Amino acid sequence: MTATPEALLQSGAGAIAAAVREGKVRSRTMVEASFARAAEVDAGPSGLNCILSADLNGSLQLVESAPVGGALAGVPVVLKDNIATTMLSTSCGSKILEGYVSPYESTVARKLREAGAILVGKGNMDEFAMGSSTEFSAYGPARNPIDRTRVPGGSSGGSAASVAAGIVPIALGSETGGSVRQPAAFCGIVGVKPTYGRISRFGLVAFASSLDNIGVFGRTVDDAARAMEVVSGDDTANDATSAPLDAPALRTDSRDLTGVVIGRPKEYFPASLPTAMQAHCDRALDALRARGAEIRDVSLPHTDLALPVYYIIAPAECSANLARFDGVRYGLRVEGEGLRGMYEATRSRGFGAEVTRRILLGTYVLSAGYYDAYYRKAMDVRALIARDFTDVWASGVHALFTPTTAAPAFTIGAISDPYEMYLCDLFTVSANLAEVPAMSIPIGRVGGLPVGGQVIAPRFGEQVMFRIAYALESELGGAAHA
Amino acid sequence: MAAAISRDDVRHIAGLARLGVPDDKLDTLVSELNGILAHMEVLQKVQSAGAAAEAEAQRTGMPLRLDEGPSVKLVRPISEIAPQTRSPDGAPMPAVIDGFFLVPRLATHEDAGDES
Repeated sequence: MTATPEALLQSGAGAIAAAVREGKVRSRTMVEASFARAAEVDAGPSGLNCILSADLNGSLQLVESAPVGGALAGVPVVLKDNIATTMLSTSCGSKILEGYVSPYESTVARKLREAGAILVGKGNMDEFAMGSSTEFSAYGPARNPIDRTRVPGGSSGGSAASVAAGIVPIALGSETGGSVRQPAAFCGIVGVKPTYGRISRFGLVAFASSLDNIGVFGRTVDDAARAMEVVSGDDTANDATSAPLDAPALRTDSRDLTGVVIGRPKEYFPASLPTAMQAHCDRALDALRARGAEIRDVSLPHTDLALPVYYIIAPAECSANLARFDGVRYGLRVEGEGLRGMYEATRSRGFGAEVTRRILLGTYVLSAGYYDAYYRKAMDVRALIARDFTDVWASGVHALFTPTTAAPAFTIGAISDPYEMYLCDLFTVSANLAEVPAMSIPIGRVGGLPVGGQVIAPRFGEQVMFRIAYALESELGGAAHA
Repeated sequence: MAAAISRDDVRHIAGLARLGVPDDKLDTLVSELNGILAHMEVLQKVQSAGAAAEAEAQRTGMPLRLDEGPSVKLVRPISEIAPQTRSPDGAPMPAVIDGFFLVPRLATHEDAGDES
């Protein structure tokens, strides 16, 4: 008996694509099921507020030219609102780009389209990806489908919530310091930050170019693997943001980890880690042992410096990247006195409080007299943080396991101090600074709310990372998922 | 480490960043930026001089392309860069004249004539 479109939507990308390829369901039907689900869970501003723009007719038009034999045939997808698409606007969660429609599409959007996936919406986000809760969106906070009084995490919270709510099995986000893994953990789904350079950033609106990555959300490890296989790989036709390496095969039937050495870095398990979180991590480590992995205690001694380093380098790069939003080339223009007055009026009106704060911070640390004390220092310490990882790999460790966050999703409005919000990225920023791949997998619930475990691998080590993720998910069962 | 940020510093960096910051927001920004920068002090205790240059010299993890020049032409017609986007009258978007993108006129240039 053929599954209903509604059931297929919840079965994952593999089941949908197989059904479309075999002619059991039409892509059009899957798109309609996705929109129906979005209406059912109230994905709009009065509800989850996870999707900023959607157009059923536009999505149905995309179906007309979509290949039915592709790896993601008929799979509805949501892309974060900072990933350029020609069908829907790309506002970056900002007033300064309200209604902006890109004249070209990003490489990841093209690859998804060519694989048969259908864009059904653009995900809400913290403005220009600066935030850890999606509360800094100019279009209001997104809500966590597990508990609507809480944040879905951020900055890719809209994409994560769309997957967790069952609107799509796959979504794309972006990461600069944890903006895929942290919302994945908060929403009980899988979130992948690939190696820097594994996925082309052509068409991703830049925040901090040395740290930015496009990342993937899936309800399961298999959904994430299928999406990664499609969007990864060299993109010489368009840019120099992707490494000259082919997309690796990530799906595997093996759940055996015999011979795999997984490090447990002590800095990620401080005495202050809540007991319940510690217990879930211990259970996950036991699960990895049960699958044959050797768990080894290791140290990444510069871990406590990662957050200060990140919050110098990321604002510095953002202050340069966001200079292009000046009222001339993109979006909003507010007239002022002369050219300079127009720049200042446009940018002050167009940017929200967090973006303004980070541009000021970045401009300060790059300004004459402070560059060496802040920016150059941060770049040197970043190298030490990266060396910590290199040393661990050199000792025979294949991957690391850590908590993704120290606690589950917090209540909307609970954090008002900027640096306290930055602390949300405590366990995730190091992977961005070291350019290594990392992913979050659901490992349980604390107080009814999902929490995630993080697997970190060496550069371009996505295959071992996914092998561990498959085994962990299989051993823990699906109870931890959204 | 550098001295604490003052109201004048915020005005100065806001000017560098082309941001208009109203006076009534200065004190809040001074407090927030100083609060954030206080967490950066820990970096000064770390012996790290030259680490970035050394790492760059030993860089082995990131595969690089062969240095054979750009893989695509740096100057391409808009129809090649953005083949799908058309204005309502069918013209390529964004509008281009003589290879330059057209942007909205500034109000301050309205009296400057067509050639501005």
